[in-house]
Formats: sequence, structure tokens, C-alpha cells
Amino acid sequence: MTALVIAEHDNSSLKVATLHAVAAALQCSPQVDILVSGNGATAVAQAASQILGVRKVIQVDDVRLADQLAEPLAAQILAIAHQYEYILAPATANGKNVLPRVAAKLDVAQLSDITKVVASDTFERPIYAGNAIATVQSSDPIKVITVRTTGFDPAVASGGSALIESQVVTADAGRSSFVGRELTKSDRPELTAAKIIVSGGRGLGSGDKYQELIAPLADKLGAALGASRAAVDAGYVPNNYQVGQTGKIVAPQLYIAVGISGAIQHLAGMKDSKVIVAINKDPEAPIFSVADYGLVADLNVAVPELIATLT
Amino acid sequence: MKILVAVKRVVDYNVKIRVKSDNTGVDIANVKMSMNPFDEIAVEEAVRLKEAGIATEIVVVSAGATQCQETLRTALAIGADRAILVETDAELQPLAVAKILKALVEKEQAQIVILGKQAIDDDSNQTGQMLASLLDVPQATFASKVVVADGKVSVTREVDGGLETISLVLPAVITTDLRLNEPRYVTLPNIMKSKKKTLEITKPEDLGVDIAPRLKTIKVEEPPKRSAGVMVADVAALVDKLKNEAKVI
Repeated sequence: MTALVIAEHDNSSLKVATLHAVAAALQCSPQVDILVSGNGATAVAQAASQILGVRKVIQVDDVRLADQLAEPLAAQILAIAHQYEYILAPATANGKNVLPRVAAKLDVAQLSDITKVVASDTFERPIYAGNAIATVQSSDPIKVITVRTTGFDPAVASGGSALIESQVVTADAGRSSFVGRELTKSDRPELTAAKIIVSGGRGLGSGDKYQELIAPLADKLGAALGASRAAVDAGYVPNNYQVGQTGKIVAPQLYIAVGISGAIQHLAGMKDSKVIVAINKDPEAPIFSVADYGLVADLNVAVPELIATLT
Repeated sequence: MKILVAVKRVVDYNVKIRVKSDNTGVDIANVKMSMNPFDEIAVEEAVRLKEAGIATEIVVVSAGATQCQETLRTALAIGADRAILVETDAELQPLAVAKILKALVEKEQAQIVILGKQAIDDDSNQTGQMLASLLDVPQATFASKVVVADGKVSVTREVDGGLETISLVLPAVITTDLRLNEPRYVTLPNIMKSKKKTLEITKPEDLGVDIAPRLKTIKVEEPPKRSAGVMVADVAALVDKLKNEAKVI
């Protein structure tokens, strides 16, 4: 009964999403190992070894593993997969990309986005944009699982002292290659790890308004920036700001939705937030049905007033 | 170059679904069904590649009940050339669909397979990756831009922090994200034309594929409801609530 967690990282730091996956893994099995597949990722392996409850960290370091491409990463996981009964990764872009590839090679199902471990073979996962919760049982010998990070409190990041074991890279044919990346630069907290999120929707009317109203409010609260699909489609903000069924799933302490009507696809991404505030001029907007505090107001007046009040 | 596109018939994205009272699933009787939105983007992308002179033929595939023919006709009306329905009333899970698609990709010798990144009913986000794995070909998930040239495809992907671009040697599997394209509206003349296109019906057994489900659904429930909140009169009242009641700022 052992579990393997695939670390989410950028070769320099271990991402918090990993801690949530470790928490889920510890509910499946008392023996949890972490795979750090990367390039020059020793600091990541060290951080992983500090996580409370982790037995062993397996570090595979190679230039071909630098960019988390699906083929070489899957090959790496498959090289050790048969030692485990559970293989888990956070349901991040990387986790979702690689684990089905692993599951298919093992000829087992994958359980996507689990939010609860019910029993050693039984899990809860949201379907239909979170409008229903399915309890599913797996009969496969290896359970391949992606973990919805908002479903599990993070494992404790320090106090552990797991052994770090280096393994050699598994050669791969490499028919995919990395070309480049354009990451949105920001000094603000990461959307999926933030305690407070300020999100803007189509009610803002323009990208300029987003910058004029949402960004300063986020700065005032030390919050991350989010958006509805409508705001992203309208070009107000980059794609990776999108919160919703097919965007980021978030559950901060405080979620402030400004000018967002609240389509079910958006609600799917934020309704597990602890406190939800909605500011919208339409009193009938569905967002108010999930809001703890609703304010029917013109956002052009209410948001500047809110910023001023918070000073 | 032949492109294969997979489409799924799902509950329309505008429908507010209801969980059955006996908790065995979601009630889909008499509910509007449509093509999974991400799959529509996949069909559109294939048609654009054909219009650009890169693709020569687009084969669209669906697996499921006989009504999936409607979904396939929609894909033909968007511009796919012919359709294959792998007909079954059995429950199909992503691994089974990937095995069905593998058999068809090999039979058709498709160079590019395009699928939606996830179906909006089971939200699994697995089939494309599983197919690439079974075929032993490279994959590019969550595509927001696709450029085909010189036996390779360059795909810009939506990842957590922004965008990344990778290059794949063909054959390859691509899954679509929301902003890859905006699917065209289907016109009446194209709907008429689609009725004349070939729609072949086959069965999983004919493909020699094991479709046995691996996961058993024990129950399906409504998610816990959020308790009703309060409306506040003004910004001052809101800030007061956040500071003194919710204590989150």
C-alpha cells in the first residue's frame, strides 16, 4: 500500500499544489513517496523531503525533463509505477496533461479531480461543472488520480526528513520538443494559491476598466487577479486569469466578484470559496445566489469607494 | 493529410442539470443535447486546416447511442467529410473511448487527431492523452494555436501561468482549449449537404475493443448548497461585515 505523488514545480521551487496532492495521498496510504522529475531541481527535491509524512523523494534530473513534457515525464513515472498502488498528481495543467498518459499505458482508469477519499478504492469527484458529485469505486490494481487542490487542506510543508534518492533518466524517443513559453508576469499571489481573489467580469466593459478598478483593489487587499470567461473572451485579461469549470478552480478565504453575472461554469470554479462577495448592478444576477455578501451597485462607484474605505 | 476528429454528445451547456432522486445519476431524459463545446472547436480547427490546404480529408467519429448520429451530422455540416459512429448503449469511460479511437486512427491512418480537452458532462479531461499514449505518439493538450508545417505541428498551449509552445512530430494528438477558434454557425445549405455525406455505423466488437468500464459509480448527489447570504446596503456595510463578521480582511 504505497502512493507516489508527482511533484508540481518549475525546477526552482515546489508548488503548493503538491502539498494538497500529498494530503490526499496520505489519506490513501501511510507510505507516500514523491517523484521530482526535472532539470537542476535539487532545491525542489529538498523542499519535497521536508513535507511531513513523506517517506522518500525520488529525484530524476535531466535536461530532457526540464519542461514537464508529457512523453518523457510519463516514461519516468511508468519506470517506477508498478511499485505503487496509487499514483497521484495535483489537477494542474501538468498533472492533467501527463497522468491519463500513464493510466492508459498501465491499462487502468484515471480518476480525475477527486475532492474526497471515501475508502481505499472509493472517491468523490465533481461532474457537470460541480453541479453533481459522483462517488466512484475503482477496481484497478493501480489507482491513477488527479487531485482537486481545493478539496484537501495542504500537507505540512516542514518537519519531515525524507530520504532523497537519485534515479537515472529513462531514455525517451522524444517526438515532442519545447519551443518557448510566455508566462504572465505578476508580483501578485498565484491565483490558485491566493487567500484573497478579486475577479472581474464583462460588467467592467473594458480591459482599461479592469486595470483601473480591479487591479488597485487587488493591490489593496494583497489579492490575486481573476476573471470570468466573458472578460477573457472580450480580451480584458490573459487566458490564465480565467476562473471556472474549464479554467482555474479556486477556493480562497475571500472571493470578490465584480461585474460577474455568475454563469454556472464560473460558479463551478469558485463556489467553494470561504466567503464570497458579489458586486453587480443587476439584482437578479445568479452570482448573488452563492454570495455571502451581495451589493447591488454600479461598480464604477462602488469599487473606488471600496478602495478608499480600505485605506 | 487525413485528420480524425472525435466528438461527444452531451447535455447542452445551457441546461441546468438535475440529480435523479434515487441518486443513480443525472436526469438526461428530455433534456437538450448538443455537441460538446470543445469538440465543436476541434471540428472547426480541422475544417480550417482543410480550407488552408493542409488537410485533405476530415473523418469525424463519435461513440455511443444511435442519437450520436445527430452530433455527427452537425460536424458534417460544419465541414467534416465523412462520419463514423461506433454504436453502443453500454457506458463508455475515457479509456474505452481511447481504445475505440485508437482502432479507428490506425484503420484510417490519420496523421492528426483533434479532440476537445474535456467533455462538459463527466469533466474527465483524459481521452486525448490516453489516445496519444495508446498510439505511442506525442500529444499537445489545451491548444490555443495550431500551426502545421514540414511534418510537424507547433501547438501553443494554455498552461497555469500563461502560454507555452511545443513542437510535435506527426502523427500526433491535439486537444482543444476554449480560445483556439470560434466555431462557425452552421448554415441551412450546409445542413442539407451534410445529409448526403457518408455516415458509417460500426460496433465496438467489430473493432475488437474491450470497453468494459473500470470505475463503478456508487451514487451521484447534489453538491452541498451554500446557505443564503445577505444583501448589504452600501460599501461601508460591506467592509464592516468583512472585517467584523467574516473576519477575512
